[in-house]
Formats: sequence, structure tokens, C-alpha cells
Amino acid sequence: MTKAKAGIRTAAAAADAPAPTVRLPRRRGVELSLIVVAVLLSVCGYCAVGLARTGTLPPGAVGYGAGLGVLALLAHLAVRWRAPYADPLPLPIGVLLNGLGLVLIYRLDLETPHDRAAPTQLVWSALGVALFAFVVAALRDHRVLQRYSYVCVAAALALLTLPILFPAVNGARIWIRVAGFSIQPGEFAKVLLAVFFAAYLAANRNALTYAGRKVWGVQVPTGRVLGPIVTVWLLSVGVLVLERDLGTSLLFFGLFVVLLYVATGRTGWIAVGLLLAALGAVAVGRLEPHVHARVEDWLHPFASIEAGQGPNQLAQSLFAFAAGGVTGTGLGLGHSVLIGFAAKSDFILATAGEELGLAGLSAIFLLYGLLVERGYRAGLSLREPFGRLLAVGLASIVALQVFVIAGGVTGLIPLTGMAMPFLAQGGSSVVTNWAIVALLIRVSHAARRQYDGQVAP
Amino acid sequence: MTRCIRFAAVFCALLLAALLVNAARVQVVESRAYDDNPANRRPVIARYGQPRGDILVGGRPVTASKDTGEQLRYERVYTDGPLYAPVTGFASQVYGTTLLEATEDGVLSGTDPMLTPFALLNDLTRGRAPGGDVVTTLNPAAQRAAHEGLAGRKGAVAAIEPATGRVLALVSAPSYDPSLLSGNGPDVERAWARLNADPDKPMLNRAVRQTYPPGSTFKVVTAAAALDAGVVTDLDAPTHSPDPYRLPGTTTVLTNEGEGCADAPLRDAFMWSCNTVFAKLGVAVGAERMVATAQSFGFNDPGVRIPFSVVPSTFDTTVDRAQLALSSIGQYNTRATPLQMAMVAAAVADGGQVREPYLVERTTRADGTTVGTPGPRPVRQAMHPSTALRLRELMTDVVREGTGTNAAIPGAVVGGKTGTAQHGLGNSGTPYAWFVSWAQGPRDVEPSVAVAVVVEDAAADRGEISGGGDAAPIARAVMEAVLRS
Repeated sequence: MTKAKAGIRTAAAAADAPAPTVRLPRRRGVELSLIVVAVLLSVCGYCAVGLARTGTLPPGAVGYGAGLGVLALLAHLAVRWRAPYADPLPLPIGVLLNGLGLVLIYRLDLETPHDRAAPTQLVWSALGVALFAFVVAALRDHRVLQRYSYVCVAAALALLTLPILFPAVNGARIWIRVAGFSIQPGEFAKVLLAVFFAAYLAANRNALTYAGRKVWGVQVPTGRVLGPIVTVWLLSVGVLVLERDLGTSLLFFGLFVVLLYVATGRTGWIAVGLLLAALGAVAVGRLEPHVHARVEDWLHPFASIEAGQGPNQLAQSLFAFAAGGVTGTGLGLGHSVLIGFAAKSDFILATAGEELGLAGLSAIFLLYGLLVERGYRAGLSLREPFGRLLAVGLASIVALQVFVIAGGVTGLIPLTGMAMPFLAQGGSSVVTNWAIVALLIRVSHAARRQYDGQVAP
Repeated sequence: MTRCIRFAAVFCALLLAALLVNAARVQVVESRAYDDNPANRRPVIARYGQPRGDILVGGRPVTASKDTGEQLRYERVYTDGPLYAPVTGFASQVYGTTLLEATEDGVLSGTDPMLTPFALLNDLTRGRAPGGDVVTTLNPAAQRAAHEGLAGRKGAVAAIEPATGRVLALVSAPSYDPSLLSGNGPDVERAWARLNADPDKPMLNRAVRQTYPPGSTFKVVTAAAALDAGVVTDLDAPTHSPDPYRLPGTTTVLTNEGEGCADAPLRDAFMWSCNTVFAKLGVAVGAERMVATAQSFGFNDPGVRIPFSVVPSTFDTTVDRAQLALSSIGQYNTRATPLQMAMVAAAVADGGQVREPYLVERTTRADGTTVGTPGPRPVRQAMHPSTALRLRELMTDVVREGTGTNAAIPGAVVGGKTGTAQHGLGNSGTPYAWFVSWAQGPRDVEPSVAVAVVVEDAAADRGEISGGGDAAPIARAVMEAVLRS
């Protein structure tokens, strides 16, 4: 702990100095206690499922708790070792959401004994935490990523293109199957694209803001600056429309607009973005039958009931949320399995809504909100643009993703297939989300360390 | 840049707020509409998610629940389905519920708010009370005696306790096994189709949902009206009635099966069931008083619930004198359910008082504590107590030396009245054999059972069908079963 000694020395030296310096607490103890709470909450949920279903504690409760605890502890140690100044909140939030997701998937597994997803999800979660620890430990300075921005974008496009070579699953070409595991490369591409956008915009933001000619009072950036970024965006959106994954497409677009606005500070970008979004939405909604059907479902969720074909997935999802009411039915006592296909992935939130009620659902939303807020806070306290844009980008990914899928399953917006971060079944998603949290930890560490030992602002 | 980050953060906060508001909309504001959507399976799953409460006869459940392990988990089974089907009805996952299963559904399925001491707490925890039990008034021995007495012949038996109105037996034949309808598989669908297509209508509860022309058994009512109205003051005085009797205002002539009805006194006319005498008595009493008496016995009352509904027995209120004559001997538009005729016999046995019959002694929680009892039942005085006493005398004579000797029980006082009701165009249909009676055991201070039996036996010769021959032995078996227990 050389840093600590250095801190003490600084503090001792500062005693004589006229301007006192501030020794910032590192808050790792807070993080550890919150992790303990998160693990305990998850274990409680696991036990509640068993008690509700069979009246006994589930046999794997100890193993599950120990497994989650060890993973969380490893992650915590990595943070303690390599990012001691990091924000103490993101890691416990990740642990709690991941633990809760495992509980919900385990709970749904009980309804489908022939199709168990929780063990696989636990393996993926372990991989995710390993990636988290690796990123936190290996990435000494997040600014290194700036150098690899073109590698990132190339990798992202490759990952996005890859599934086209594989057969479509449920109408969308977004999966690749390797050795029994299905991977969704688009998930990884999100982080890579965020890195690229942040790096590119950080480097070119002055050019985007000030260079170029004025046309009708509007500053139009030069083609040289704007070209690459529009190309990348068009490519990624194009690929996604080809793959029929509207959710991810929407996410990329939103991320692009937010970062462009934050980088340039020009409201015009938002106007242009919204215009493009509206045009895109109308065009895709008209031309693409898959998407058109989703919009129809959103407008008339009970159309299939009235047609005598029984409730569709969205109607079942709404029934599940409504059945939850304020307090919920209690873990293990709901019937969200009626949703059928994708109950454990896209519609996992319906299970949370039914069994934990509006209270539990709001808590989950607020956890996501807190995670996003911590990302923005790190972005605000950093001084260099790349770190700021990266933090804002990563936090926005979480925010937009939560909004798109949660709004979809609750009937707020048309439903687009997407994974609820950390909660939903899906290995690629959980690994990606751990990577996002790892990057937020790195960024927040950098943000806070710069103030340590400094004169109080 | 800082300002833009803040704006972006505000944008994210707005998204979060939208999600929260929308969640509150779906889960609280509009949740009732979603819950009540007929396509929502949850209410059905909850309903069959716990064992249904039982229906008890003689302290023992005649129902049970079978755990199928399916989505609709518990299925109804009946330990003695056909025997108790006219009481229990069925509880089907596809076709709903009938009879007691329907009227007591709240208790049986656990939704009755009385089942939980703290309904508010239950609302919060979403607990559903375990299904309560329904204790019936049935006497299992009497029920079995009636069921076996009919032995598959079409007909019905209703027995009640005169002093209380407790229903002791309620049998309809042919019957069916309600277990066949419990589940939701293709078997259930086939059973349903078969039972509905059966010309014998096994699912029809003939004791309460079918009216028959009561024939001569209705003479009990006519006699009560005549005695109450003072048309007859002396049971043994001649009634000045001709044989045959020409219906007033027509050329139709009414005759009797037997001899000696001309000018017969009421006692003899009742014993030998003289149509001519009672037709004339009905006319003498007058439509208004006949209607009033019939209605005080329970005729024309559409609101009888035991607790499931009983179809009203009818006595036409707008009749000319010829129709009144026929109505008074249980023909024309006079129709009665077996339960109604049991009520008539019970009124005679209980000093002229008519009590609304009931089947449910009490409902209990799963732990046996009482939820509800039927409470005081309305009592109507259908005839003067002295009239009731004299009718008891008349009915006792019928069993001792008249048409109802088959119902006699050694050591007990038994009163009865036979009936053979013709029906159909020009009486072409198979006659129904009736017997209504009551019995008082040797150690009882008052009659403890009143019973009505109807047998519609399409296979038998017309001559053999008679209240005394076909129906009286069944009534005796039921009364014996009650007296013995």
C-alpha cells in the first residue's frame, strides 16, 4: 500500500503548509459491506423461491450463496488492488442485479424442468466477473483505449457482421452458435462502439463544433470530419436492419446522438438525430413486416384475444405485471411462465414485476438509475474529454437499453428484443455488462484519484 | 461539455421517470382491467391451485380433490358420485359448477371473505384461505335407501324433516358420476357430450328441477283447503258427490278407478282416492281459496332455494270451474316437484306449518370452525293445526287400510297418499307413480320424516303403475332408514 503511505506523508507535509490538502477516503469498506448486502439479498431471494415452492430451503442455497460471494469478493479484491479510488456503488449494484437475475432464472427453471438456464447463466456470470477483474486489473489507464479506437470499430463491425453467416434464430440473425453456446456478438460490439465514438468525438469535437461552412445559419462540419462517423453509423444501423435486430439498432442510434450532443454541445445534432430517427422509424415500420407487427402489437396488445387466438406475449406480460400489483405475489408464486417463449430473457422483467410487485420493480429501476447516475457523475468529475465521453457513453448504453426493453415489456413503447442488463438470461449480455461496469470502475477511479492529495477545491 | 452532460443526465432521469409512471399505470391504475381480462389464466390457476373444500354427508366427506400436477392442479373427485350427484352437482374445470358446488363455491374454493379472520391481512399477503367444508343435512342411510329403491328407474325422491325443513334425502335417477366432468381433457368433453345426448337426461335433477302432475297426491292440498274453508266439517259425513261427476259447464264426465265413491264421506274418498269427490270439493272451495292454500304450501313460489334453486311448482290461478275441478285432483296445469310434495306431507306432519327446506347444515373453515348456518327459516301456516291433525288421521288410514299399505312400518305411525298421474295428450303418456308420506317412530313425539317419491317407469304396464305398488315401498325404505338412525 505505497499509495496509502504516500497519502500519509502528503498529509504530514501538509500539516505545516498554509494550504491544507484533502485526503479523500477510498470507500472500499463501504463497497465491501454493500456487496455483502447484495449477496445476502440474492441468497434470501433464492431461499424465498424454495420456501414458496416446496416449503423447504433449496438444496443449492449454500453453494449458490458461496459461489456468488466468492465471485463478488474476487471482483472487490481486484478493485481494491488496482482501482482503490473507484466509486463504491457500481460493483454492488452489478452483484445485486446479477444475483437477482440468477434467482429469477432459477425460479423460472422450476416451471421448465427440461430446460434449465440458471447453471449456464452462472457460468457466464463467472466469466463476466473474470472479465471484470481482468479489465480492472489490466487496464491501468482508460486513456489507453483511445489509441485503439479504430481497432475497436473494426472489431465491432466484424462482430456485427459475423451472425449473417449463421442461420437466423427466431427471425433475427444475431446469434452465432459455437460448441453448444450461443453468443450474441452484437452485445460486445456495444462497448467497442462506445469506445470508438468516445475516442473519435474527443479527437474531433472542435472540428465538429466550429469548422465548416454556414448554411442558412447552421454550422455544417466538413465532410472530412463527419464522413467517417456517419459511415460507421450507417454501416452499423444497416447491418442491424439486415439482421432484424431493431432494439440494438435503436440503442446504437441513441448512443450516437447522445455522445454527439455531449461532445459538440450543439442542440442541432439532437434535432437532426430525432429527424433521422423519425424517418428511420417510419420507413422501417412500413417496410419491415417484423417491425410493423411489433408496432401493431403495441397499439393493440389484446387484438389477438379479440380475434380468438388467445393472448400474445405482450398481453401475457401485461397480465403478469398487473397481477403483481403493489406488493407482488412473492418470489416463486407468480405465473409469468404463461408468457412462454423468452420468459427468461426478454420478458424476465415481467417475472420481477409479478412476483416483487411495483415496489420491487421500482427498486430495480432505481438500481439501474443509480448505476447510470454514477457513470454520469464519473464523467462530470473527469477533466479529459475521452474519459468523460466514455463514461457518459457507457452509462447511456445502460440507460437506453433498460428503457427500450423495460418500456417494451410494459407497453410503453413498441417491443424490441433486447436483454435486460444483468437480469436476463443471455451470456453475451451479462459478460458485456460486467465489462461496462469494469470500465465505469476504471473511469471513476481515475476521476477521483486526480483530486486526492490536492488542495481542496 | 459539463452542461451537456447534465442535460443528458436529465434526459436519462426522464426516461427513468417514464418507466416508473408507466409501471404504476400497469400495476396499479389499470391492473384490475388486466386481471379481469377473460384471457388471463391466473384466476383459474388460483382457483384450482389448492384442494377444494369438501361436501360432508353424515360427518363424512363425499368429495375429495385429486392432485394432477398440471397447471390447473386439483381436480374434483366424488367418493359416491351417482348417489350424491343430485346434491353436489359437479365442479368441472371446463363446464363450471352446479347445485351445491355452485351455490357454496365461495366457501369451497376459499374465496369467501368469512373464511379468513383478517381479510385485510389476506389481501396484503395474497393468501387464499384453504377451502372450507359444507356440512349437509342429508341422512346417508335415507339417501342410499332412496337411490337403491329407485334402482335406476327414472324417478326422484325427496325427504325432509318436518319440524325443521332439513332435507334428509334428495335423489334423482338415473344419475351420473360428476367425477367424469371434473378435469379438462378430451375425456371430459366426451363425457359431457354423452351425458347431454342421453335421452334419459341423467344430469337433470328430477327432485327439484322437474315438475310432474301430482295426481291424487294433490288431494292432500284439496282436503286441507276443504277442511279449512269449512266445506267439509265432518270426515265421516256424506259429501253429496255423484259418481260419475260431470265437470261444471262441460259435457266431460269424470270417473273413478274404483267403486263406492258416490256420495262417499271424505275419509273414504281420501282412502280410496275418489276423483269425483275431490273434484267437486275443489269447485266448492272455489278458485280463490284453492289458489291461496296451494300457494301457502309453496306452489307458484319461484324463490325457493335449498340453497340451489327449485323450479316452482304450479297451480293455475286463472281457471274456470271445470279446470278448477281437474286442478284440484292434481291434473290440468297443476304440477309439482317431488320436493314440493314432500313439503306438503311435512306440513301435515308438523301441525300445518310449511318450512322452507334446506340442505346445508353449516359451512366450516378447513379447521372445522363454523362460518355460517342457515339461520331461522321462514315458517308459513298452510292450514289450521286442527286441519293438519285430521289430515294425519286421513293419511294414516290410507297406509293402514287404503291404497298405501305397502308403506306401513311395524311399530311406527305412517301416513301417506298415493297418486297415479296420467299425462300426455289424451293421457297417452306413461303414468307417473307417486307416493307422499310421513312417519313417526314409536319413541318420537312428532313425525321425523316426510317423503315424496315419484317413479316414471316407461317400461311397465299401465296397470301396474300405481303409487302404492311402485312408489310406496321406496318411501317406506327411506322412512325406515330415517327412523332407524
